[in-house]
Amino acid sequence: MRNIFAKTIVSQWNNNDCFFLTGDLGFMALEEVQATFGDRFINAGVAEQNMIGLASGLAREGLKVFIYSIAPFCFARPYEQIRNDICFSNLPVCLVGNGGGFAYGCMGPTHHALEDCAAMNALGVRVLIPAFDEDISAMLMEISSPTYLRLGYDVRPENTVIPQYSPWRQVLNGEQGAIAALGPLAGVAWQALQETPIESRPSVWAVTEFVDEEIPETFWKQIENQNLFILEEHVAAGGLGMHLSLSMVHKGIQTSGFVHRHALRYPSGRYGSQEFHRAECGLDAPGIRDMVSGGNS
Amino acid sequence: MHHDANSGHLGGNFSCIDALMTLHHLVMKPEDRFILSKGHSAGALYITLWSLGKLSDSELKTFSKDNTFLPAHPSGKGIPGLLFPTGSLGHGPSLAVGLALASKHKGSGRHIYCLCSDGEWQEGSCWEALAFSIHRQLDNLTIIIDQNGWQGFGKTSDVISCDDLTPRISSFGAHVQKLNGHDCSEIYASLKNKSAEKPNILILDTVKGKDLHFEGQLESHYLPLSEEQYFTARSKISEKN
Repeated sequence: MRNIFAKTIVSQWNNNDCFFLTGDLGFMALEEVQATFGDRFINAGVAEQNMIGLASGLAREGLKVFIYSIAPFCFARPYEQIRNDICFSNLPVCLVGNGGGFAYGCMGPTHHALEDCAAMNALGVRVLIPAFDEDISAMLMEISSPTYLRLGYDVRPENTVIPQYSPWRQVLNGEQGAIAALGPLAGVAWQALQETPIESRPSVWAVTEFVDEEIPETFWKQIENQNLFILEEHVAAGGLGMHLSLSMVHKGIQTSGFVHRHALRYPSGRYGSQEFHRAECGLDAPGIRDMVSGGNS
Repeated sequence: MHHDANSGHLGGNFSCIDALMTLHHLVMKPEDRFILSKGHSAGALYITLWSLGKLSDSELKTFSKDNTFLPAHPSGKGIPGLLFPTGSLGHGPSLAVGLALASKHKGSGRHIYCLCSDGEWQEGSCWEALAFSIHRQLDNLTIIIDQNGWQGFGKTSDVISCDDLTPRISSFGAHVQKLNGHDCSEIYASLKNKSAEKPNILILDTVKGKDLHFEGQLESHYLPLSEEQYFTARSKISEKN
């Protein structure tokens, strides 16, 4: 996704009022942004706290600012600067965290971002988790407030057509309730269940923003007195599962089954690829099929 | 104001008030920007803004009370010229760097001033901002450091073996001037003596809680004044002026 992101920045945001800052990351991804933006592309160095303050100063003078780093270095290292400098003043700064969830795999736990959505939601930051490459362009049409963009990998099934962007989209229909999958996990679930008969599978919904008002009535109808499955590469605390549960309570929706699959951190104490960690959490294709068939709910 | 609100942090307010008054009355142009990175000296800044006619008597009376725009650390809202909430140390230099860079980019001609405490420079973010500002040759930036030698729970020399930041900051390559932070003529001259290619750092030798009964003592960092101490301080300051 980060290459698509870079192209989107160049095509949509290359103007004199927009700056792009990186915390010394972006090799083989941001070169075109660097060349296009010129002096407005700043490698702020390995100094994330300063980078956030710097961005806030620029934004306070009416400039739009994108900040790029590996996800944990982007949201966790300078957390107080995000809160005090960006959020208290509601500045139009877009934090871009590359490699949400376990995406940095074998790089190890310091490079994983399992708490980012909760941390940013708690500050009132608009959180965007694209599921597919095409989402990025639609998401970045306008930046008017603090925003966090969590980049991952688009893993859609081959030869499929992605529905037009919406924060809640059904990507696969089914008749046994619904799966709400956060970001790229929608592609994993889609792949996992595309060969399962429609009458035996739930619908798959790609969820890319935490906004209650965007949840369609169709989704509520699909889960009412049916099964609801929630998938997220994020810890349970403050993630999609908690968010959706609260929405259900507010709306008075009851389901016949409720399964929440989320990041369990490192249950075996061992480390590996993104696929390895997803499998440990039941977030891979076999785990999802097993979940839907009732094998481990 | 502090006495009325039973508010502390007087020591750091009294060590920087001379610099704040000199800067705002004699040096800053209308388009310039100021950041109070040592947010616990908000009272001194509010008084300075009041002396410029930017805050009213009635607004000052709300200091550190319910329903105020003047909390003990600036909120960044509701007061002209206060751009950011400050109070957690180490934020101001980076914010100032961003404003300075924006000024260069837009050609707005703004000069950016930022007031820090000396203990604040134990925050790594200050050094991040300093290094960046030197690399970018932000000569439209002046960082003023109120070096009163005390911090929250001891002397800076005892906490981190540093009673003078001058050699450390000079070694980074900034344009550093050290001066008496209670001599307004010297403050004025130093603020005017700007580098044409480097960020400017003014290190003010100051006295914490100057002219108060706990001048130069740790107690001045936190404690408010009793009725007797308040009137004694008023008399002492009136006599000097």
